[in-house]
Amino acid sequence: MTLTYALKDSQVMIARNLRRSVRDPEAFFTALMLPVILMLLFVYVFGGAMKTSGKYVDYVVPGLIVLCAGFGAGTTAVAVATDMTNGIVDRFRSMPIAGSSVLIGHVVASLARNLAATTLVIAVGLLIGWRPTGSALHWVAATAMIGLLILALSWLAAGVGLLARTPEAASSLSMVLMFLPYPSTAFVPAHTMPAALHAFAQHQPFTPIIETMRGLWMGHTSTGPRTAHEAVIAIAWCIGLLALSSAVASRLFGRRTAA
Amino acid sequence: MLDHVELALQTGSVLALLGPNGAGKTTMVRILATLVRPDAGTATIAGHDLIGDPVGVKRSISLTGQYAAVDEMLTGQENLEMMGALLRLPRREARIRARALLCEFDLIDARDRRVKTYSGGMKRRLDLAVSMIKRPQLLFLDEPTTGLDPRSREQLWGTMRRLVAQGVTVLLTTQYLEEADQLADTVAVLDHGRIVASGAPEELKTELGREIVRLQFADPADYQGALERLHPASADEVLRTIDVTTGGTAGEVLAMLGRLEDAGTPAAKISTYRPTLDDVFLALTSDSHPGPKEIVR
Repeated sequence: MTLTYALKDSQVMIARNLRRSVRDPEAFFTALMLPVILMLLFVYVFGGAMKTSGKYVDYVVPGLIVLCAGFGAGTTAVAVATDMTNGIVDRFRSMPIAGSSVLIGHVVASLARNLAATTLVIAVGLLIGWRPTGSALHWVAATAMIGLLILALSWLAAGVGLLARTPEAASSLSMVLMFLPYPSTAFVPAHTMPAALHAFAQHQPFTPIIETMRGLWMGHTSTGPRTAHEAVIAIAWCIGLLALSSAVASRLFGRRTAA
Repeated sequence: MLDHVELALQTGSVLALLGPNGAGKTTMVRILATLVRPDAGTATIAGHDLIGDPVGVKRSISLTGQYAAVDEMLTGQENLEMMGALLRLPRREARIRARALLCEFDLIDARDRRVKTYSGGMKRRLDLAVSMIKRPQLLFLDEPTTGLDPRSREQLWGTMRRLVAQGVTVLLTTQYLEEADQLADTVAVLDHGRIVASGAPEELKTELGREIVRLQFADPADYQGALERLHPASADEVLRTIDVTTGGTAGEVLAMLGRLEDAGTPAAKISTYRPTLDDVFLALTSDSHPGPKEIVR
């Protein structure tokens, strides 16, 4: 009974946030135009100078997916922070509804926005010559990896949005997520970097996630270890982040009221 | 923040919590609306204990906050339907109810516009309409007209009076004496987290809202002479003005001026004013009445 209500409340909140996403031109632009622009930028502007085995577009697609997810998380953090400064959250709290539905609405809308962006990255990639060799099963696995990553980042973004108190602060806090993909294997293999950065790139969470996708789609990773090995680390990072940030976000939400 | 506040609110009546910024009005509403847990104390709303049964309380109340608590990216109609859905109204019923409320609150022509494009007054009206999508047993109106221009305020008062006429029980907070006067059956004056006065608006007004006559004197000798003969509420030696509280009748003022004339210390100018809310608060919160000693510098 309670669960049914919680689901219904979440459904209303999801619909609300999806509507808001579509009606906010800025967020809409970020979510849908950015992937296309970044893809063209990396493949045609930087791509010529990159030395990777095979075509650069074959290398860079997983990196761009992660980069876009980072930008998407920024949008979500700002959306949550904006909402929290608005009186409507106080009204929601004073109503007999599941409190969790407010955050679930944001997270699911974020998931939808980011999956749309990912689809766009893949579509544009295929259009300009990306030729993954993975089987249908590999595609399913890669999609699951992306879904898990985005889910974890969305909860993290919700937490950041709650922590930040203002949309401006949320925006600057989430800059970290937008830049963290660069010192990873997203755009260039780690072994081309200076030693210290190489070590960081190899051990930061985005690298195993990117390598998992790369391995699934192209048949080999850029780091050396087998795909399964990278996948285990990637899944552990994502589930850890998901558990931690959803717990922290829910706790923060319980305490915050509009300014 | 709040200290030993005791209030009882009759079903179908309107209680105004009147106080300046920082008096604790919003804290009070936030506690009663289940947004903030009190450190101590008890409250029962529509038979539900605030601490023991917050869900029961949530089911009985509706909160209209200091800022219009509506979604600006959605249209008026969508806001109402969304709240209807959250309150488990069937979709069809929510739509019909939304329509009726849009008509009632004079927003029907703006129903398909995003709330972002609404004027301040329209947003507050929508906010009230949203609160009424499922008729609450207790409606909180937390400073409903703060920041509105006088015209919109007047309009909103009309809307609120109609709600009150329908028998909705309301807890109103306001900084405006006039607003409390317009809408409330009972007024409680809150200051520094304490109730410093309460009663029907008429009672409070006669008690606190007396006319003040300000007398100004041409020279210091007249001023000093008059100061001894009057019972000043306050006085200013530099400006040579003395404020006297009166019942506001012409006879009373005339008699006072006559006495001063006879004593050879006539007033040069007089003006009258009604105390502002600030004066009322000063009067209510100062420990002793301001005597000439501390006022005459």
